[in-house]
Amino acid sequence: MNAWWTPAATVWWVVVVKCAVLLFVVITTFAYAMLFERKVIGWMQLRPGPNRVGPWGLLQPAVDAVKLMLKEDLTPSTADPLIYRLAPFISLVTAFAAYAVIPFSEPAPGNVWAIGDVNAGILFLLALTSIGVYGVSLGGWASGSKYPLLGSVRSTAQMISYELSMSLSLIGVLILAGTTSLVGIVNAQAKLWFFIPQFIGFVIYLITAVAETNRAPFDLVEADAELVGGFNTEYSGLRFGLFFIAEYINMLTVSCIATLLFLGGWNPIGQLTVIPGIVWFLLKVAFFMFFYIWLRATFPRLRYDRLMAFGWKVLLPVATANLIGTAVVVAVR
Amino acid sequence: MNKRLFNVGAIIAGLSVTFKHMFIRKPTIQYPSVKKKHAPRFHGLHELRRYADGKERCIGCELCSSVCPANAITVIGAENSPEDRRSPGERYAARYEIDELRCIFCGMCEEACPTDAIVLTPRFEMSELRRGSLIYDKDRLLVPRDAGVGAAPDDRPNGIPSDLGMVADVKSTVDPARGYDATWRGQILKTQTKGLAP
Repeated sequence: MNAWWTPAATVWWVVVVKCAVLLFVVITTFAYAMLFERKVIGWMQLRPGPNRVGPWGLLQPAVDAVKLMLKEDLTPSTADPLIYRLAPFISLVTAFAAYAVIPFSEPAPGNVWAIGDVNAGILFLLALTSIGVYGVSLGGWASGSKYPLLGSVRSTAQMISYELSMSLSLIGVLILAGTTSLVGIVNAQAKLWFFIPQFIGFVIYLITAVAETNRAPFDLVEADAELVGGFNTEYSGLRFGLFFIAEYINMLTVSCIATLLFLGGWNPIGQLTVIPGIVWFLLKVAFFMFFYIWLRATFPRLRYDRLMAFGWKVLLPVATANLIGTAVVVAVR
Repeated sequence: MNKRLFNVGAIIAGLSVTFKHMFIRKPTIQYPSVKKKHAPRFHGLHELRRYADGKERCIGCELCSSVCPANAITVIGAENSPEDRRSPGERYAARYEIDELRCIFCGMCEEACPTDAIVLTPRFEMSELRRGSLIYDKDRLLVPRDAGVGAAPDDRPNGIPSDLGMVADVKSTVDPARGYDATWRGQILKTQTKGLAP
């Protein structure tokens, strides 16, 4: 009975509490990231954005959640019921699982600002984003309907083409830092953030990350204009909501990765150590989130063949050249 | 590979356009709480006027009904009897109905009326839950006895109808200097002057 509070058990309790807090924080961040997106896109389109519920529309996410929960949960008769119901959870669980290894601030003695400081953290993240594709492609396939199928086929093709360049662009950073631990990579950027020596890799990562998260202008998976809603056409109510949450959390994840790998994580600008590292980290993540919203408000969707051509004929060779160049420079030096 | 795909300048130009627009003043009017100033002589809901002694102006001549391009007006006239004089003339409108769903708010009834009985007010918020509710009968069109005479459509000061909107239970809150406001909840958006006469 008393085994609950032994030192060994306490380690696990700390992890459980961290998970609970992080779950709450990530879901709240998702809710307000969505509101932020609607607001910013509204401003860019000369609209005020949602402002009816609560002051400045701040309660809008709560109302949206209630609305989604009250919607009828439909399953098409042609759908594969088990996989159809499983797919949103695959998306969501892989999206959440990424936060197991993301460190938010400098580790203090006896305390890591993450659920776990994994020494192959970046590999874990890449693996998870790859698994996340299954949610989308299985959801589209199991819907038993043509538009979701087209969406999921596109999703699979797009993810494969862009994941390759994405991984290659990250390897440049790994070579410079000499470690795959996320804390180690951030510590290696104490003097110089990696987006300067790895500028090409940074740009490639930004582009591929948009494609990875199926955001405009690479949102061919959803492509409202051609595919109704893409892979999530048949989903309604909370199941649609789960996909929606997963999409935004993936956005947050890629923003976190970009911050950790290229913008120096919790390292301050100059010597502004007055502001704690966690604030720096969140500010940088917010910057990337804004950047993705900004892209969505600005660019039209790419044509599918151009998307593929761009991925294979431009990004992949450039990422490979960047990787080889970095390797050569590091080896010679 | 299409060369335009590499046009980084165009991409940055596009981003700068959207970024600048974030800080431009938004033209949105927060409608239910803030209302746009009406144009002078805005054509809205109808009302039937009275004379100072409380008699109805309408003499049941059916000119409005004949001129109506949308066939929205139905008038059935009746003879006044010496015991019960509704209007100063020989006849009065026993029934007077306007189907506001058919009405195109052109104002030709107002122009055709020989006694200035039918007048268009600037009230425009008349949504209802049933189609039938939008057929306004005489009970709703005729102004109450204490509502006053009002100016004839052609005599309105500066073209702004200062004396309109007395239909049914809603009293107007008109200030001729500022413009017309249709309901008690509204405010005039003072800055909204675009398209208005000076």
